[in-house]
Amino acid sequence: MTEILWHGRGGQGAFTAARLAGCAYAMKSEDCYALAFPSFGPERRGAPIRAFTKLGNSGIGDRSEIEKADFSIFLDDTLYTESAFSELKEGGIIILNTKHDISRPGLYCIDADAIAVETLGIHITNTVMLGVLAAVMSGRDSEVITMGDIEKAVRLCLPAKIQDKNTAAAARAFEEAVSMKARRVQ
Amino acid sequence: MARQFISGNEAFASGIRLAKPHVISAYPITPQTVVVERLSEMVEDGSLRSEFIHVESEHSALSCAIGASSVGARAFTATSSQGLLYMAECLVYASGGRFPIVMMNANRSTALPWNIYGDQRDSLALLDCGWIQAYVKDAQEALDIALMSYYIAENERVSTPFMANLDGFVLTHTYEVVDVPESDRADLFLPPYETDNRLDLENPRNLAFSAGPEYNAAFKYKEHAGMMNAKQVITEAEARFERIFGRKYTGLIEEYRTEDAEYILITLGSIYPLACETADALRTEGVKAGIIRIRYMRPFPAVEIAEAVSGAKAAAVLEKDISFGNEGTVYTNVNSALHTAGVRTVTSDYIGGLGGKSISGNDIRHIYDRMMSGVSEVRFIGIDDRSGEGGDAS
Repeated sequence: MTEILWHGRGGQGAFTAARLAGCAYAMKSEDCYALAFPSFGPERRGAPIRAFTKLGNSGIGDRSEIEKADFSIFLDDTLYTESAFSELKEGGIIILNTKHDISRPGLYCIDADAIAVETLGIHITNTVMLGVLAAVMSGRDSEVITMGDIEKAVRLCLPAKIQDKNTAAAARAFEEAVSMKARRVQ
Repeated sequence: MARQFISGNEAFASGIRLAKPHVISAYPITPQTVVVERLSEMVEDGSLRSEFIHVESEHSALSCAIGASSVGARAFTATSSQGLLYMAECLVYASGGRFPIVMMNANRSTALPWNIYGDQRDSLALLDCGWIQAYVKDAQEALDIALMSYYIAENERVSTPFMANLDGFVLTHTYEVVDVPESDRADLFLPPYETDNRLDLENPRNLAFSAGPEYNAAFKYKEHAGMMNAKQVITEAEARFERIFGRKYTGLIEEYRTEDAEYILITLGSIYPLACETADALRTEGVKAGIIRIRYMRPFPAVEIAEAVSGAKAAAVLEKDISFGNEGTVYTNVNSALHTAGVRTVTSDYIGGLGGKSISGNDIRHIYDRMMSGVSEVRFIGIDDRSGEGGDAS
């Protein structure tokens, strides 16, 4: 099972990202299962929220919050602290939306705000971070989400008038993340 | 069949769309709100032709459904927690009047302290109201029960209202894969509602009247008989459902690896799949673990539970409920069934998940440790353990 932990603030679309990731994987084939849910409770704009995506190749029985993630994704770098690493499985990866360049094993930094403003015209980075996730995930053996899967999920889950630009935002982020990943390998 | 990625609330709303109720009366309450929001959108966009009535309270929501049912209409409402308690007076009107209304309840804690998260104290407190009570394990079963509920409730041998319970948030708000049947298949499954128990200008009659001491018991006897008949009709509904949709359900209980089990956990709702995964893990360690899920609390599967538990060394109930001053209500019901059948298995009661507290695989393992130690006890998970004085709640 692959477990993805999303961190954001109310209004940034962290739960939508969790849901899109789950839908993207679940719609791949009959053998693909996913659960997606937010940290439950009242919602407030600007308040920290977490959201969860679990991907697997059989039904997923455990509906509890993720304690150790394969991928931990921060839509907002004000929520990121060193303790983020304690929420990772061994070999787990953090993806951080930030203007800073922090060099650390297991941490990918990307200026998702810049991509979002450029492609969507607004500081909402959820589909951008989904594109980054697809790039970071590619090449692993187990559960993988591709750009094609994301495109399908965007069509199924988002209102028609924002589908194209969100797909474009994810694709743009995917390309940037692929070249970033290549630079790190060198 | 369309594979969709939707929440428990959305799955239930999809099932209700397929059942085509004439009247939907609703008052929103967390975590039920999404089910009535989706239904109102379906009515708005024309994919569901129902009269959607937004009433001013839960008491009115069920009163409105009773009114609709009393003219022979198929009626739906949904609620949760304090809303369900506010409806309590009307619950017995619906069941006593033999109106086969379907209601979804999003299981949620009851006040005080105020809490919007899931446990099962709301519906279990109302077990005696004469409603069929089902507890589902996932979003697929939520959709399927939504459709089956009308078949069962409206059957003339049953004529009893139906409450379908979904664990608040962990089921209502979690998105997962659901097969949504086509409408024409659903029509094959569910016949139109036809009844004599209605107000009719051509054939005037009195409904919802008084019955004094002389006749009252006969009405209550028939109400009980209708509920008991539901056992058979549930089996019939599930056989028909499987023929048309290919998905199999197992009646009043669902069992996992109980055939040779020495230690059996009995629970209800969405914790069941995790309990099964934990049983698998325990089996690899040599513990003969099995799980029973109570799918229907009313009519109660007394015979089925006694049969499944008979032969086990110990059985434990895991429930999100406490009847203050006694024990968990599920446990009381289970013990009565075992005692009546002469099953001597040692039993215990574990109360957890109150106010939305997560129940983990480790919590379930801990219950198995206790079961294997041979004790009989009533314990609050995470509280009695912390104090180290397990006997406090017994």
